[in-house]
Amino acid sequence: MSRRTRLWLVAVSGTGLAALLVAACLELPPFGGSSHPYGERAVRAALARHTANTIASVNFDQRAYDTLGEMSILFAAVLGCVVLLRQARDEHRARPEPAEVDLPVRRYALIVLPVAVVGGLYVIAHGQLSPGGGFQGGVVAATALHLLYLGADYRALERVRPVGLFEVADSLAVSAYLVLGLAGVLAGTAFLANTLLPYGTFNTLSSGGNVPLLNAAIGMEVACAVVVLLARFLDQAVEIEQGNGKDDKDDKDDKESEKENGKENGA
Amino acid sequence: MTAVPHVLPYLVAVWVFLVGCYGLATSRNLIHAVGCLAVCQSATYVLLLAVGYRDGATAPVFSDIEPGSRPLVDPVVQALALTDVVVGATVTALLLALVLQVSKRHGTVDPDELSELRG
Repeated sequence: MSRRTRLWLVAVSGTGLAALLVAACLELPPFGGSSHPYGERAVRAALARHTANTIASVNFDQRAYDTLGEMSILFAAVLGCVVLLRQARDEHRARPEPAEVDLPVRRYALIVLPVAVVGGLYVIAHGQLSPGGGFQGGVVAATALHLLYLGADYRALERVRPVGLFEVADSLAVSAYLVLGLAGVLAGTAFLANTLLPYGTFNTLSSGGNVPLLNAAIGMEVACAVVVLLARFLDQAVEIEQGNGKDDKDDKDDKESEKENGKENGA
Repeated sequence: MTAVPHVLPYLVAVWVFLVGCYGLATSRNLIHAVGCLAVCQSATYVLLLAVGYRDGATAPVFSDIEPGSRPLVDPVVQALALTDVVVGATVTALLLALVLQVSKRHGTVDPDELSELRG
């Protein structure tokens, strides 16, 4: 299809879609209205189970099964990235060079790093009480580690971040979520039903029954998943190079042989 | 015209979605296309949060407010938006990994140049 035809097709179908969507929007309940039946029921259910953060209650209690699916998507995506971004046969690993970092950047990164890690863990731990939770805190804690890459260099990051260990921890966290769900079945209730543990005192760390445990499992899973994902992408950017390490001085030659390799693979 | 302010946030979501679709259809670079998909997806955040909004309401978190003292925005759509963000981020990561492999194997990230099959 030529570019011109494609643009015409986009214009026509886009206009049609826009008209339908606008017509649908006009029929929606008015913005800011006071009728939220599901929201009110969710709040009531959360309060009945002593969970101060209603969103954590929705995610880890009322819709815990959906969160299992969401977590599986995350796990599968990480698995896919690990497979796609592995070192290919025609590539080699180069030792990353130690890099000079400006002193203010270095100081700032090293001061903020512990604060950010603790902040991330705090957000995970208080997921059932205040805004935040496993997903948000996991991302904060995982990206905080990478301040070491900014403040020092890649080798320092690799030393504090054994990727294999994080991959194992990722799958352990997924299994922990499943085991917590199965514990409900073994105790004679339903999968992921929040009826096993006492609900505790409202607005304390141990309140909410299952919620803090599932929240912690998700926090661990997200933190490990983000570390593994970023490690794979950073490996591609920093360590893995084309060619088998012999003739990478001459860039032009390298590209030529790369094309030939591609053709051979295609044949 | 009095109805417009009541649906304006929904129309913003529609606009963001269509802009993302336009970008996807006219993209000359796969990384740009992945970015456009993220724009499409952010339309769903706007829509979800707009559906759950209530005038004069506060966040549905009771660590510092008394239950029942103030109206609350809808927590269900906020949880859905959270799910949406996580899935969006993982899909973006997976697509970028695919783009990386495409650029390595084919030497280009222009979708128009990737028309012929190679096995």
